[in-house]
Formats: sequence, C-alpha cells, structure tokens
Amino acid sequence: MKTLFRKIPDPLLRIVVVLAVLAAVVLTLRSLLPPSLKDHDLQVQATVEREIARPVRHAGSDACAECHDQFNVKKAGYHRNLSCETCHGPAKEHAEDPTEKKPNLPRLREFCVRCHAYNPSRPTGFPQINPAAHNPLKACITCHDPHDPKPPNVPRDCDACHAEIARTKAISPHVMLECTTCHNVPNDHRVKPRAVNASIPADRDFCGRCHAKGAAVKETPKVDLATHGEKYLCWQCHYPHMPEVK
Amino acid sequence: MERRTFFQKAFSIALPGGILGLMFRSRTARAEEREAPTHYFGMGIQTEKCIGCGRCVEACKDENDVPKVPFFTRTWVERYTIKKDGDVVIQNIDRMSDSQSEGGTDRDMLRSFFVPKLCNQCDNPPCVQVCPVGATFKTVDGVVLVDEKRCIGCRYCIQACPYGARYLHPEKQTADKCTFCYHRITKGLLPACVEVCPTQARIFGDFRAIASPLTRFKRMNKIHVLKPHLNTEPKVLYADLDGEVR
Repeated sequence: MKTLFRKIPDPLLRIVVVLAVLAAVVLTLRSLLPPSLKDHDLQVQATVEREIARPVRHAGSDACAECHDQFNVKKAGYHRNLSCETCHGPAKEHAEDPTEKKPNLPRLREFCVRCHAYNPSRPTGFPQINPAAHNPLKACITCHDPHDPKPPNVPRDCDACHAEIARTKAISPHVMLECTTCHNVPNDHRVKPRAVNASIPADRDFCGRCHAKGAAVKETPKVDLATHGEKYLCWQCHYPHMPEVK
Repeated sequence: MERRTFFQKAFSIALPGGILGLMFRSRTARAEEREAPTHYFGMGIQTEKCIGCGRCVEACKDENDVPKVPFFTRTWVERYTIKKDGDVVIQNIDRMSDSQSEGGTDRDMLRSFFVPKLCNQCDNPPCVQVCPVGATFKTVDGVVLVDEKRCIGCRYCIQACPYGARYLHPEKQTADKCTFCYHRITKGLLPACVEVCPTQARIFGDFRAIASPLTRFKRMNKIHVLKPHLNTEPKVLYADLDGEVR
C-alpha cells in the first residue's frame, strides 16, 4: 500500500485532495438545502398545486343557470349558444355574493358592434351591419333584446340583412336589378329567415334570358350558351352580384 | 462449495440486490401513481366559426391576470387576408387599426378569415427541452406549465416556441403562457376562452373521453395542426385550416 502511494506523483495527490475537499463541501451544502430546491418532482408538484389554487374569475354558464333560469327567452333565440359571461364579463364574484357584486351590463353600441360590425373576414351568413349606416348613435338595445336578438320589425328591404351583397351589387352592372328579379322570396323568409329560404336560379338558361345570343334584352353582354363555359353553371365563374365588367 | 462460503456469497448478492429492487419498485410505483391520470386535455378550433370578436382574448386576460396591453397575450386571434396578387397579410386583431387598411379593400381580397391561436400544449414541447433550470414541464394530464418560482426569465423558451405562444410577463419577469386555464379545467370548468366564445369556434375536452364534444370534433372534421413538420405533436387541433396559416 505504502509503495502504491509513493508511486503517485505529489501534485496529483494534492489535486485529488483538493477535489475531495471540494466535493465534500458541495455535498454537505447540498444536504443542507431544503428538498424543495433539489427535488424536481417536488417542484412540479408545487407548481401544479399553485396553478390549481389560482382564483377562478368566470363562473361558467351552469352557475348562472342556478339562479337565472328565467332567461328561457335566451334559450330559443339566436344567442342561445352564448355563455352569459360572453357579454356580462367575469361573474364569479357575483355568483358568490349576488347582492353586492354585480356583473357588467353592456349598454353601449360599441359593445355589440365588436361582433356584429361588417368585416370581410367574418364567416358568410354571420349577421353583420355597417355601424355607420345602421341607425347611427342609437343604442342597439333600444330595438333589439340582447337575450333574443331578432330584428324588431319584419325588414322591408333585403339589405337590412344582406347589406354586404347590397353594397357589392350597388356598384356592379347589376345595380338596376331587383333582388326579386333572380330570387323568388317567400314572405316567410322575412319572418323566419333560416327556416324558409329564398330561391336561387337553377340553370344556365336563367342567365341566358338576358345574356344568351338573341335574347330580347338589349345592351347586355351576350354569349353563345352552346359554346361558352361548357358544362359549368354561370355562377361557378361569375359572381352574379358583381359580374366582371371586362 | 462449503456451506459457509455459499451463504456468504448468496447474502452478498441478495442483500444489495434486494435493496436495489426495493428502490426500483418504489420508484416505479411512484411513477405509476403519477401516470394514472384520468384526463389528457386538448382543444379543437373551428376556424370557419371564428368571427374575430376578441372576447376570448379579453376573457383570458381577465381570468389569468395577463397585462391588458396588446403585446402580452396568452391567446390571440390572427386575421389572415390572402390578396388577389398572392400576398398574405397577417394581423393580430388586437393591434389592428379600425380602418383595417393593411388588408386592403374588399376588392383586393381573394379570401380572408380569422385564426385563434394559443399555446399548442405540445406533446413533444421544445420549450421544455430548452429550459436550462427545468422550470417548465408537462403535467400528467398533458398541459405544459411554467414554475414561476423557478423560472429565471432567460427567454430561451420564448425563442424556442415555434408558435410564439410565450411571452415574458412584465411584472413577474418570468415566462408566461396559456395553461388551458389549469385552475378551471381541474375543477371541471371550461377554459375562459372556450367559455365565452360566442360561436363555439373553440372546443375543449379530454382526449381520453369516449364521448365528448372534442371526440366528436375529431370524428367529424378534417383535422390539421400547426407546423406538423416540426414534430411537436400539438394538442390544439384545427379544423378546416387554410394552407396559408403558419
């Protein structure tokens, strides 16, 4: 054993001693640290518990229904799928202390317009208005019940709902055509727009009444239906509310 | 072999082996205890239903104490505008001016739509890999969380996230991100954004549930995830996603 030690060079022995001391210091310090600083599992556990303990601000529509079931009117209207807190804001405080804390009651026009202003990126069929033209400065709730937001009167003109199409058509060559020239609109469509649909043209001959060669209408661009467009229907290439001028 | 040496050898093998075995068993038992969750959370997003109203962003900020300035968001909505000349304009609706001039007029547009975005809660999260202090991790129910006590605010994870879902919380100076509202979902509530979405563009659920809105969403739609080539395996699924969405 002694010969073995003598064989090790002195500097190496010193390095080993220094390293051993360092390792001992590090290990003792580490053992002094609380487990929460060392154990990753404990930290994960603590974080998960901390996240779970965060305060809930939105009560959820089930909580609202416990007291406010009288809003049956909402269940049948167009807003039936909206959560109460979509409009009334976070209401957990109100659910816990109904008399003291009241949720928001949005009454301003700006609030409704955030969803219902016309935006070309919104999906087709979503009810949109032009806030500058649609009864400006009047609060929406004077005419529409937000819990059952149907139009207050049966609309007279199509552009009350189909404003986007009306605006497009207004600057198109078809501006002089009434909607009813091409669409057969049952009266019930104005009352129950989704249950009863307006008709749409069925075939090429419908457009051909004005645009076929030899059609009685003057001053319309004419094509030979037999050769133009082959199997396609006219509106598969031309948008009827804005047919290309060129 | 002599009886004495046999016993000596047998003990010298069996004793440490037994201890090791016990340690191993307790470890696996512990792991199994953690690996037996009932949930594996995910979200489905129907881009065709999003109207870009931003209620989700607002509700998220209310629920999670996110600073109420546009730059800091756990979830946000992007407006994609594909122009006729092929340009793609992506705007965050929070930072969009009222004129929406960047997208051009309706005439320049080929198509346009909104895409809600949030942390994808990747099954293979790059942010967890890069964290130098192990402050971010995936919970047993699949949600990626940040330990704000452990986070040193180095921003590596913010850089590493391919979806830009993380930001540095200006007050806490730690990385912050969507937690699927972990404090809500563990209590059986919906995440705040899902709760308030007026058109049900967001669907939340449990991948392990046999019948749930999310399961139905997965069955009835063509599903896509963001940046699938990165192999992050997102748990936020998109239906009817446009090819231009990044």
